[in-house]
Amino acid sequence: MHLLFEPGFLSSGTVHTALLIGAVTAIVSAIVGVFTVIRSQSFAGHAFTDIATTGGSGAFILGLNPLVGFIGGGIIGAGAMDLIGVQRVRSRDLSTGIVLGAATGLSALFLYLDTTQSATTGATQQILFGSIFEVDPSIIPVVVALSIAVLFALGVIHRPLLLSSVSSELASARGIGVRLVGLWYVIALAVSVGLASIAIGSILSTALLIGPAATALRMTRSLGHALVAACALGTVTTWLGILLAYDSYYWDPGSRGLPVSFFIVAIACSLYVASGLSVVQRFGGRVRDRTGLQAGA
Amino acid sequence: MFSGFMTTTWEIATLVGVVAGAVGFFVVLRGSAFPAHAIPNGAFAGAAGANLIGLNPLIGLGVFSLLAALGIGTLGRRGRADVVTALALVLMLALGAAFLSQSTEYEPQIYSLLFGQILGVSTSEILPVAALGVLCLAALAVLYRRMMLSSILPEVAAARGVQPHRMETVLLVVLACATTMTVPVVGALLIFTLMIGPPAAARCLSDRPGRVLVASVAIALVTVWSAIASSFETDWPVGFFVGTFSALSYGAGRAYAGWRARRGTRTRSRR
Amino acid sequence: MSDVAVLEVAGVGVSFSGRRILDDVSFDIRHGEFTGLIGSNGVGKTTLLRIILGLQRPDTGAVRILGAPLSRRNRSLGYVPQKVALDPDVPLRARDLVALGLDGHRYGLGRRTRAQRELVERMLRDVDAERFADHRVGRLSGGEQQRILVAHALISQPKLLLLDEPLANLDPKSVQEMVALLHRVASQHDVAILLSAHEMNALLPVMDRIVYVTGGRAASGTTDEVVRSDVLSKLYGHHVDVLKLHGRVLVVAEPGTDGDDIPDHPPLTVT
Repeated sequence: MHLLFEPGFLSSGTVHTALLIGAVTAIVSAIVGVFTVIRSQSFAGHAFTDIATTGGSGAFILGLNPLVGFIGGGIIGAGAMDLIGVQRVRSRDLSTGIVLGAATGLSALFLYLDTTQSATTGATQQILFGSIFEVDPSIIPVVVALSIAVLFALGVIHRPLLLSSVSSELASARGIGVRLVGLWYVIALAVSVGLASIAIGSILSTALLIGPAATALRMTRSLGHALVAACALGTVTTWLGILLAYDSYYWDPGSRGLPVSFFIVAIACSLYVASGLSVVQRFGGRVRDRTGLQAGA
Repeated sequence: MFSGFMTTTWEIATLVGVVAGAVGFFVVLRGSAFPAHAIPNGAFAGAAGANLIGLNPLIGLGVFSLLAALGIGTLGRRGRADVVTALALVLMLALGAAFLSQSTEYEPQIYSLLFGQILGVSTSEILPVAALGVLCLAALAVLYRRMMLSSILPEVAAARGVQPHRMETVLLVVLACATTMTVPVVGALLIFTLMIGPPAAARCLSDRPGRVLVASVAIALVTVWSAIASSFETDWPVGFFVGTFSALSYGAGRAYAGWRARRGTRTRSRR
Repeated sequence: MSDVAVLEVAGVGVSFSGRRILDDVSFDIRHGEFTGLIGSNGVGKTTLLRIILGLQRPDTGAVRILGAPLSRRNRSLGYVPQKVALDPDVPLRARDLVALGLDGHRYGLGRRTRAQRELVERMLRDVDAERFADHRVGRLSGGEQQRILVAHALISQPKLLLLDEPLANLDPKSVQEMVALLHRVASQHDVAILLSAHEMNALLPVMDRIVYVTGGRAASGTTDEVVRSDVLSKLYGHHVDVLKLHGRVLVVAEPGTDGDDIPDHPPLTVT
């Protein structure tokens, strides 16, 4: 047992907070992520991570909890995106890319001001790469509440969302406000990116959003199964990451340990790659056959 | 601002502007947003890794940029392109963060690698950086027409013996070299704005490819120079100014194009 | 005028994922001939063109251009591909694209001589494109773009011009204009034409020969030789009637057989 869990892991309050935040944000990211991958909107997901970065670093200057910045910035960004229209026309891609670049530049400025004005260190690391072991337990209720809100919002629109993701014309024909559904979804996306940013940092939050979801979609065929699998994969990824990061302090004497976010990203990517291996595909196929689902096209 | 240690900076900045403007022209032409994002992220990981084992960061930048460039060709086709893209980009950043966490100057190093630093390149490094720059420009000059043809009409180019696949690889390698020499000053997260903003703005100024290329270089130079000067004066990060000025130049370009279009319709309706 | 055929296709066959797409296709094209490659969508016309261009290798048979086997950089062939997606913002004027037809495969930056520029001017005149020569290629209409592509392909003075479904997305008036234009430039520039289409009627007035493709097999000859009930029935493997009315041709399958493989077949009523 000691080989796996270094001393103090299971009893530490910091770890408990981390595991809870990790699981909650992983589940929200996984569920939003499944829809994101289905809609092929990884680009939008990426855009929100840049906006979250700006928001988070801005909040830091104002002395607010980064969570406020991550999510506040995201919501403003969602509104702006809706106005511009998130269609993937080449020139829009260009404009969006440039605006995101400017937002990142702004993050640079905010982080610089963070370090000089407030004389705090570690702002860059914390905002960009996450600091799940340093999360203040008092924000747990907020995180949980927001997560439930996002899941509820998605639950309400999941059928129209699914239909409009497959074909927006079909959806409009059935009287679904495609634009409204899209906006609703984009706000959910912004909030979930914001939440994931606490656990894993803003520029890495894409991994938690896309990784487990894409892996799950490769291995299952129904939406329900994919959602469950994605949540499971996300939680396992996050918890394993937290465990390994904690353990890594003890691997070398005097070692500083490796960041949690690194482990989480590495595990998420490995799982995705592994799901592409033929051995795993065959296993997935057998599971699908037994549950009576159709084998892949 | 123009003396002493800053001389090197101005020399490097000029090289950065010219190379970024020229390479960016082709990046925008071919819509290569993914490589433009991915290679700098790889460079970040490489510099961090080199730093960890005590090598000159330029070597790490160069090696990882090249690996990222060569990997992109094969990676983009496997699985879902957008998923693979996103995960690969993020993995390289995480790797860089992990490397840096093992060194003592974690915070300032992350910062300067990601967001740039005026003194990012020292005098001793000016020769290899200049060499890389000249290499990039030479490659682009020699392959200019073939690159244009294969970018606009890939099938016709293939029929005439200009392999689009090979041109793509060449451009990726050129991007890798350009990244290696520009990231130390401009930063891994912001270099792509310099390769996209100025060329996109230049496109609004003329219909002729030659002129657009020259304009792209000119705008990139002005952007970099202003960024360095502003950073010197305010102590604010170079990356912030590069991102902001690139966006402003793009906005100005679009505004000019809009004005030109409206003026054109007005004169046409007056006849 | 040499007696060597411009193009010899002999026994060409190719399979793709187990399906035989083309089987023993043979035909010749002589100097200056206008040949229509007729067949419904998906029958293998594009594949055949790609084989002739050297972009794809056949499993059996051989292709010879001017008596010589295919080589990578075939200057004797001009090519106008089917779907060309041109970004409206690409900074390339119609004139520039035509010029690339001359030297797009060359190395180096290349300054165009006055003679070359005059040649470009002449080509633009020949395809009636002077009006929009200085507009961005991506902003032209489909028909205008096509004329520019024809100019691009012709400017290097090939012996044979290949066009993949140039009439597919044009309205009937534009179809007539395009056919007339092609006929005109063919004789002006002394070039043979091989043009694929799924409807032969528009081409009847100008076609010297027809290569009719269905089910992987082809029949070639003059329209009178090929477009006959007996020849086509043999080709299709079931009986078809050929009706000629007011200078137009209609190929009709018997009720009970599928009209799917007949190009532009009128829908059969299901009884």
